[in-house]
Amino acid sequence: MIYLDSASTALQHPPEVAQAVAAALNSFGSPGRGAHQASLDADRAVFAARTQVARLFGASSPKQVAFAGSATDALNMAIAGLLGPGDHAITTAASHNSVLRPLYRQQEDGVEISILPVQPSGAIDFESFEALFRPNTRLAVLTHASNLTGDVYDIARLAAICHAHNTLIVVDAAQTAGVIPIDMGAMDLDVVVFTGHKGLLGPQGTGGLCLKEGVTIRPLRVGGSGSQSFERKHPAWMPERLEAGTLNSHGLAGLSAGLDYLLSQGVETLAARTKGLTNRFESQLRGIDGVRVYGGQGGVDRCGIVAINIGGLGSSAVADRLSTSYGICVRAGAHCAPLMHKALGTVTQGAVRFSFSPFNTAEELDTAIRALGEIAEEGQTA
Amino acid sequence: MRRRQLKAVVVFASTSDAIAMESGCHAAGVAGRLIPVPTEIAADCGLAWCSPEAELPNIERVLADNGLGFTGVHLVALY
Repeated sequence: MIYLDSASTALQHPPEVAQAVAAALNSFGSPGRGAHQASLDADRAVFAARTQVARLFGASSPKQVAFAGSATDALNMAIAGLLGPGDHAITTAASHNSVLRPLYRQQEDGVEISILPVQPSGAIDFESFEALFRPNTRLAVLTHASNLTGDVYDIARLAAICHAHNTLIVVDAAQTAGVIPIDMGAMDLDVVVFTGHKGLLGPQGTGGLCLKEGVTIRPLRVGGSGSQSFERKHPAWMPERLEAGTLNSHGLAGLSAGLDYLLSQGVETLAARTKGLTNRFESQLRGIDGVRVYGGQGGVDRCGIVAINIGGLGSSAVADRLSTSYGICVRAGAHCAPLMHKALGTVTQGAVRFSFSPFNTAEELDTAIRALGEIAEEGQTA
Repeated sequence: MRRRQLKAVVVFASTSDAIAMESGCHAAGVAGRLIPVPTEIAADCGLAWCSPEAELPNIERVLADNGLGFTGVHLVALY
């Protein structure tokens, strides 16, 4: 099997990730719920992961890292906790449904929403973005990179525009965390949302957000916190404020092992490898008749994703052929990015998304290129 | 038979601060361990750092050096 679907979830992990999860399952008590050995071991693993995430994203303190079950979970926390009736929020058509749907729900509750269109090339226009701001614009929820095209947006420039209008910025880094360096201090980001099971090489069921000091999110959930049990109100301090209920310490132990690997190798080093693979794949694709590559225009960076179509072939048919005839795993369809498909004109066809990790090899990509060449040739003669 | 001894006890609101305290004390060679918040201080379910009374100045230094949040430092007779 050749796995080229890392934008969905990481398949290849350093062996220490699974070892850490297995060890945790057989030794951890409940984190934050006692002072015996088993509970403290869970606490130590969670805190190690918190410290690593803070270091990776340049958060001011491990306490400014709140864990959640996924990036979607954390985005719901941020969006529901920062917006209220009468507020205005901005996003872009590059957003995933994990941003769009929480915003649409806020819209039903009296929040005004503006969506910046994406150009057919996949790029966004900064002047058009700035024109969307209003006196009541409270929040911009912006993806760092399209999960469909892999195009990376200049998030520091977008943050500067937001702050010039006294607006908070929430960055959806689901596709870029661990893939592209992010420094929330240098980039002046208010909230960075991450998932653990993609570029961070951890298990599914992990994710969270990093919060700038001074920004306060109203908790989406309240309940068990492991302290202040006689108080009617949930603790107000970070990270307990946003972490009601038992944390996934087993998964976070695995995430910590993945982060160990990332931090020891260096995000820049791994990113260079993934970028090299992506560029190689894309340049070879351009030599195949009938292949259309989406995004990647205008000199923007990419995050290990290449989305294509072959002539008029349905994306699901191409992905299924790659899977059944060549053992190549890719993602087809709409990728939970409905507005991006409208911008690219691919609503009916969908797109075939190839996404790479540092564990892929040039030989695997060459095999995929050969397969696509054969499928394209068949498509032309069919 | 075990006898009560005076201990320096730091109570934390956040588990993160408690674990950071443990790490800081180990690094600084400060004797002690994490314990449940003693009922002599509060009937609650959080974590506290417990050291021999003589470590009190070192405890306060670790708290300050690491910028840790805590709800109180107590001298309590504990087993």
